[in-house]
Amino acid sequence: MSWWSRMANVFRGDLLSREIDEELESHIEEAIEQGRDPAEARRAFGAALRRREESRDIRLIAWLDSLRADAVFGWRQLKKNKVTSAAAILSLALAIGACTSAFRIIDALLLRPLPVTEPERLYVLSRQGFGADGKPATYDGCEYPLFRQMRTAVRDKAELIAISYPMRMDVTYGSDHEMERAYRQYISGWMFGSFGLRPALGRLFTENDDLKPGAHPYAVLSYDYWSHRFGQDPKAIGRTFRMGNELYEIIGVAAGRFTGTETGTVTDIFVPTMMHAGVNRSNWSWFRTWARLKPGVAVEPVRDRLRAVFRAFREERVKEFAGWPKQRRDRFVNETLLLEPAAAGVSMLQRDYRRPLAALGVLVALVLLIACANVANLMTAQAAARAREMALRVSIGAGRWRLVQLVLVESVWLAFLASAIGGLFAWWSAPFVVGMIDSPDNPARLSLPADWRVLGFGLALALGVTFLFGLAPALRASGVKPVRALKGGEDPHSRRRLMHALVAVQAAFCFLVLFVAGLFVTTFDRLSNQPTGFSAERILTLDTVSERAQPPAFWDQVAEHLRAVPGVETVALAGWALLTDSSRTEFVSINGAPPTEVLAYFLDVSPGWTEAMKIPLIDGRDFRASDTSPGVAIVNNAFAKQYFNGENPIGKSFESRGGMRFQIVGLVRDARYRNMREPILPTAYVPFHSINAKGVSQPRSWGTFIVRTSGSNPLALASILRREVPRARPEFRVSNIRTQTEINQSQTVRERLLAMLALFFAVVALLLAGVGLYGVLDYSVLQRRREIGIRIAIGAQAGEIARRVTVDIFAMVLVGAAAGVALGMAAVRYIESLLYQVKATDLGVLALPSLTILAAALLAALPAVVRAVRIDPVTMLRAE
Amino acid sequence: MPKPDSLQGSLDLLVLKILSRRPRLHGYAIMSAIQGMSGEVLRVEEGSLYPALHRMEEAGWIRAEWITKDTGRRARMYELTAAGKKRLAVAESRWQAVTSAVNRVLRMA
Repeated sequence: MSWWSRMANVFRGDLLSREIDEELESHIEEAIEQGRDPAEARRAFGAALRRREESRDIRLIAWLDSLRADAVFGWRQLKKNKVTSAAAILSLALAIGACTSAFRIIDALLLRPLPVTEPERLYVLSRQGFGADGKPATYDGCEYPLFRQMRTAVRDKAELIAISYPMRMDVTYGSDHEMERAYRQYISGWMFGSFGLRPALGRLFTENDDLKPGAHPYAVLSYDYWSHRFGQDPKAIGRTFRMGNELYEIIGVAAGRFTGTETGTVTDIFVPTMMHAGVNRSNWSWFRTWARLKPGVAVEPVRDRLRAVFRAFREERVKEFAGWPKQRRDRFVNETLLLEPAAAGVSMLQRDYRRPLAALGVLVALVLLIACANVANLMTAQAAARAREMALRVSIGAGRWRLVQLVLVESVWLAFLASAIGGLFAWWSAPFVVGMIDSPDNPARLSLPADWRVLGFGLALALGVTFLFGLAPALRASGVKPVRALKGGEDPHSRRRLMHALVAVQAAFCFLVLFVAGLFVTTFDRLSNQPTGFSAERILTLDTVSERAQPPAFWDQVAEHLRAVPGVETVALAGWALLTDSSRTEFVSINGAPPTEVLAYFLDVSPGWTEAMKIPLIDGRDFRASDTSPGVAIVNNAFAKQYFNGENPIGKSFESRGGMRFQIVGLVRDARYRNMREPILPTAYVPFHSINAKGVSQPRSWGTFIVRTSGSNPLALASILRREVPRARPEFRVSNIRTQTEINQSQTVRERLLAMLALFFAVVALLLAGVGLYGVLDYSVLQRRREIGIRIAIGAQAGEIARRVTVDIFAMVLVGAAAGVALGMAAVRYIESLLYQVKATDLGVLALPSLTILAAALLAALPAVVRAVRIDPVTMLRAE
Repeated sequence: MPKPDSLQGSLDLLVLKILSRRPRLHGYAIMSAIQGMSGEVLRVEEGSLYPALHRMEEAGWIRAEWITKDTGRRARMYELTAAGKKRLAVAESRWQAVTSAVNRVLRMA
């Protein structure tokens, strides 16, 4: 109560003083009324002012009161210099906002633990091996029979859990024409129990729901899916849906925020692993293995036991691969099993964006430091202007700490206002950036709650920033020597040295940001201007599936039907569209020789596909309707170069897996297959019609129609084509429509994001550094105006003055830029994997940021130089 | 907690005691009462009475209220609170203990 009233009194300080005064005054008047002599009464009372202060300190919290007074004073100071304050606040706000935003995304994707009990006991299995290109690579896919063996082996130390990769599936609660899409994950039945999750409705799976292959057609929904698909309707329990050829019954809804373990993807439907077709296959890896260690169990013994089981499994399996080259077989057996902590979940999104986000985080932090240096310089300059005020405060008895507080409170104002605006910026920008990661058919969904983690980070940032830019000016202000300052002769050089050092730091950081941004922009530019070898213009790709596998003739019928649709130019069929990251690789063997080390890509295409994609035929012919696979093949230049020493391969043959024989009938120019980054690999295009060993044609249940439209906007035909496919044959259904252009662009989503954000930060950094430089120069001219005036008076030329004013600063910028180059060279190896066809030592990459900074420095110096040269010595000297 | 034999302690005790007998007094009246009752032996330094009153008010022993007197001037009147009564009892018994102890020493010496 008393504490509260004292606190409240802080904010009614004036009223309180008046009340005390009135009471003291009434005492004296009472004394006079009692007949005492007024002068005597006053003398007897003593110093009224001191009594008032004494009482005041009793009736309020003194330190809070002084803080309040400083806050009011600081606010007035800010308002006095409106333009500089606004500039400082806005630049800080931008930097703080960007930092907070980066933290929100990094936290949501990489740091935030899964909403399960004791996530720190969760580990995930992966294997270290080699990729198809012979480079080291990590995989985390696992085969179910291996999983069974491993689970038994470590049963007493850890619980192993199988969780499949999430897939966006076609799901229907009614007829086939009401297909919708939902993310599905296969999970071990005991996952919910092991994760400590509870049902919000119905029941969750247990071990008993995951016993016999194909026998448990049940589904559990995530709370998120239940909310937006069913509006939290309890009647959802018991409903059935069809996914693939299987009918599932919904038995429960998982409570809380748990939406699977794939950070960045929100799983809608969980089904038991036993419903996966690959549950008894030793050559099908389709899930990740998670390990939940029992309390107090160390990782290493568990990992070693798993390694032993894994190696035995691989040694058994490699016996099937007698035809493989020895090196490949050795690598297959020698892959190393890893067991790594995975409290924050595991996802492709994490893998793709860990480094880019770290790089952006560093850039953002550098921008923040540049902004801090700016504000520090600004405060130092202002403190110089206020040196006399400070000296006066010291002379009338203000303590050192009191002055530090006075200046720091002003910094807190700046940081507080900047954080508020920055918070708004982060609130808007984090979802905006996540939205940019999206590709239309695979939306990234990160939950970005503004909870205590983000608030805590924001608060720590604001505090850190305050001390970063506020402490040096505050200590400097408090260290004022009243005698010297009041005489007006404080040493101006010491102040300038600090400011110059900050200019050098700014230049270094600015160079680094520009340099890295330049690398990212060049990477994006090089990558998106890579020739693809085909034409994406006006091409629509229709990923199509059929109920049960359909004979090739039916697929042709659908293609024929689509050709008749007005606005369609050509239609062809392919296993999948190019540049979708889908691929099939096979060994190739020439003339019965053992298979070569280098693998080749295969793609099944129909006659007319090369023409539809506008991949030029160099020699030979296109497929005919009667061609089948195996039988004939069209190969690209890289194939001819790799396997036939660049000779014309037409008429020659090669063999592939299982002795399948292909005669080469056509040679086409190189075109990109899987993605934009890898070099173009040998590729064999084989007919869409495949036959088995007995020559019987094989039905298939999926394929992609490649449609080149005559109109310039292919998407205009999308809904018509979607309708026409089932009209041609009712068994067929389009599951996804994309333009080839869109697919091409999705290849560079990450690079575009990096380039755009890095460029944005580079502009901000340059702007801030420029403004900072301008401020420092302006201040130094102001400080030296007497000296300059005298120099002009005794006949110094304009050029001489300009040189004197700027030479120190430019030396600092150069020193900073040189340090920036060194920093850039050191930093570049951390982002090497994000770059494409650009080296840190390229002249352009180094020259451009240097020139930009130099130009910005010249521009920033101009106003100050003009001001210095225009100083009129007469007015100047008279004014002093 | 002020020491029982300190001046401050005794000033508090006197103020509390007077307010317990005669509720609603202003500062000047409290001062006059102390001087009058002690037969002009105890003189309160006038100025230092008010910080003491304000401190006791913040401690919750007494509470104050502005009233307007007939002359039109305002005066701040003090009265004892329940906490003040308890405090008075403690301070009084402590004072008794100290003075009787001092007396004993004076007698024996």
